[in-house]
Amino acid sequence: MPVFLINVNGERARVDVEPRTSLLTVLRNDLGLKAAKFGCGQTLCGACTVWVDDRPVYACDVPVEAVGDGQVRTLESLGTESAPHPLQRAIVEGQAGQCGYCLPGVIMRAAAFLRDHPAPSRAEVAEALDPNLCRCGSQQRIVNAVLHAAAEAAR
Amino acid sequence: MTLSPSLAANPLISSWLTVRADGTVTLRVGKAELGQGIHTALAQIAVTELGLSPDQLEVAPLSTAASPDEGFTAGSLSTQVSGAAVRAVGAAARRLFIEAAARRAAVPASSLTVADGAIRTPDGEIVGSYGSLAAEVNLDVDAAGAVPASMVPAGTVPLAERPAQSDLTRIDLPDKVFGRPRFIQDLELPGMVHARVIRPPLLRATLADIPEERLAGLPRAAWMVRDGDFLAVLADREEVADAAAARLRGSAKWEPADDLPEESRLASWLRDQRSETLVLAAGEPAAEPGRPTPPGTTASASYSRGLIAHASIATSCALARFDGRLLEVWSHTQGIFPLRNAIADALGLDKSDVVVRHVEGAGCYGHNPADDVAFDAALLACRTGGRPVRVLWDRAAELGSGPLASAMTADVTAVLDPDGSVRNWTYDVWSNGYNGRPGYAGNPGLLANGYRSGGSALPPSVDPPLASGLGSGRNAVPPYTLGSARVATHRLLSMPIRTSAIRSLGAHFNVFAIESFMDELAAVAGVDPLAFRLARLDDERARGVLLAAADAVGWGQPPGAADTGLGLGYARYKNTGAYCAAAAQVEARESVRVRRLVLAVDVGRVVNRDGVRNQVEGGAIQAASWTLKEQVRFGPEGITSLSWETYPVLRFSEIPQVDVIVIDRPGHPSLGAGECTAGPVAGAIANGLFAAIGVRARALPLTDRNVLRAIG
Repeated sequence: MPVFLINVNGERARVDVEPRTSLLTVLRNDLGLKAAKFGCGQTLCGACTVWVDDRPVYACDVPVEAVGDGQVRTLESLGTESAPHPLQRAIVEGQAGQCGYCLPGVIMRAAAFLRDHPAPSRAEVAEALDPNLCRCGSQQRIVNAVLHAAAEAAR
Repeated sequence: MTLSPSLAANPLISSWLTVRADGTVTLRVGKAELGQGIHTALAQIAVTELGLSPDQLEVAPLSTAASPDEGFTAGSLSTQVSGAAVRAVGAAARRLFIEAAARRAAVPASSLTVADGAIRTPDGEIVGSYGSLAAEVNLDVDAAGAVPASMVPAGTVPLAERPAQSDLTRIDLPDKVFGRPRFIQDLELPGMVHARVIRPPLLRATLADIPEERLAGLPRAAWMVRDGDFLAVLADREEVADAAAARLRGSAKWEPADDLPEESRLASWLRDQRSETLVLAAGEPAAEPGRPTPPGTTASASYSRGLIAHASIATSCALARFDGRLLEVWSHTQGIFPLRNAIADALGLDKSDVVVRHVEGAGCYGHNPADDVAFDAALLACRTGGRPVRVLWDRAAELGSGPLASAMTADVTAVLDPDGSVRNWTYDVWSNGYNGRPGYAGNPGLLANGYRSGGSALPPSVDPPLASGLGSGRNAVPPYTLGSARVATHRLLSMPIRTSAIRSLGAHFNVFAIESFMDELAAVAGVDPLAFRLARLDDERARGVLLAAADAVGWGQPPGAADTGLGLGYARYKNTGAYCAAAAQVEARESVRVRRLVLAVDVGRVVNRDGVRNQVEGGAIQAASWTLKEQVRFGPEGITSLSWETYPVLRFSEIPQVDVIVIDRPGHPSLGAGECTAGPVAGAIANGLFAAIGVRARALPLTDRNVLRAIG
């Protein structure tokens, strides 16, 4: 199988897979990065959202051969419990989750959105998160957490 | 205070608690974390009763090898039943440790207190701790014997006097927010094989032979397993298994063994099938052939709803390993013991040779495919020479092959007397059964068992008995004082589309129908819907939630905008559980939108206030999604709503503002909060739509198509 060198979370990773293998499979099964989740494999739920060059993408729909020199970032590199991203802090403080399966994708999309829209309205946040599904009904808390993180960053 | 059934089944303290010399305590429970936060609530009860700091206690993952058997995690009963058991066990253990410390220090036990695991005299002197006494306190004793139920602290401190900091935050959330593996989908076992199962497009179908040449296109690294009509592919790499499954799916030819109903005639189809009638209230019906029509105005209406899918955000997953004797299964099931028993039964193994371990999955709202995929993995693990097997369902299977909530239809009639009283309420509801869980109706209830050679087909699902809150008939008996009422359920005896338990069972539909009809009657009577309900509700707790929701939503004030209206819905879940009233602000322009939902709930004594709010909020949003959008679609070839495009659920920008009011009842037993909102939300939205534009939509979901039909 061909070898691909990809940049993930600031490190160079070597993977030996078929070119059409999805970035999601490579992250989860070859690199042991389990944060990005499989939800539908059809770009309809956002559970697999990661960044390539700071833009949110559906990792289920990106073949590894298309990653090239792109810088891939996953939730694992966003923040840690001792040094959380403001959004991670806001989600824990606001208890903005139930099962939490959607959260890695939601957080990556919302964090990218906040970077470009530091002072969004509630409706703008909700619209920005429309590619991501939450089935437990945590949407209101998640939107509150995004707004809270934006407000904190502005202080 | 009666003994919790969980404690009656598992009386020993040692079944629930292990205390170590380092002072840490492990709590074992039989209720599974499904995303609802139950382990956090149970941990909070345990640390409160034991006198521990939260970091001194961990909740063990469930396993049939070690956990107390608490049956299924279902029916909004975990806080009530498991919570009561943990409270009693915690209080009993605390007493035993205090008594041991008192003996050592030769002081009266009644003078000692415990906090952060340390046992102290009134002067603050530490005379022992859980850790220091762990070796000498015997926990192999009956918790109920150690502390009679009457001595278990009732915990009647009002919320206002309990510091909010005493509530634990979700113990599972940090892992999920920081991307640490925690879900079953994240679990890897050394040397595991990835498997995919190829399902027929409808429940009963037989697999025609697969020509050899069609198999030629399979990736070389994949291999196929066929057992009767059960077909799977396995591979070392997941994407190879996926590619092989896609190929086989295109090649496999299925012969349907059942006729599906016509989707557009679903409601009348339900009425036409053979069914079993259960009379829940035997009052006098409104009209009977040969009897004179009673005086007053007779009102009638028919309501209906399509099938609903669990539509979990993850697809179901399981792992299994068989070493020739012991079968180990990792599953996100709602019932590790019933699943273990069903697997052992289906495979002819001894129960003691099957161990089921629970690993968290994505949000679970009832009998989803968790058990089915576990059996898929178990079957395949018997054919891999000891290598562990991981099975993951795809999105289409998750939406189309798992159990669904039955379509339902109901007729309701009542007589409104000139003096305003309602009598002869008559309610008939037709539905498939709401329970096909593993072990029910004497069948393993596992999907693949119906396909493999020598297995047994899934029987039509049944309904839980009255003591468990019924199924099709859940909340079919109206909560109002209505003179005599006749209520009957008609459960279908055939099941071409598989149905089972989903959050609130029949209550979502029944409360929608009852609450819609209450508004219809109020309109006939010319009475305000709130006043109409209050005049027929004697229970102060019922009135309390209804008044609180109405007050918060601004009931009686003019609507803020054109094409906008307010609606109410009320029910006491199962007629014995949590009280819930919903008020909806509904806007009907291009389509129906819910702008705001207010939920007022009374769940008795609140254990964890944010846990209750979170469950109520989530339950309400999910119910709004069911009510507005959700409908399983099908044609003669099987279920066709197999993706998020064809089975849409509410997205972020469609979510209403949700306000939750929790009425604290510290003197009353705790009641589950997860399911009580479903029916009231449906009723409130339908009634809000009527208030907005004067259209009475009697068929759910409230899609453009169904609303346009109601307009006529």
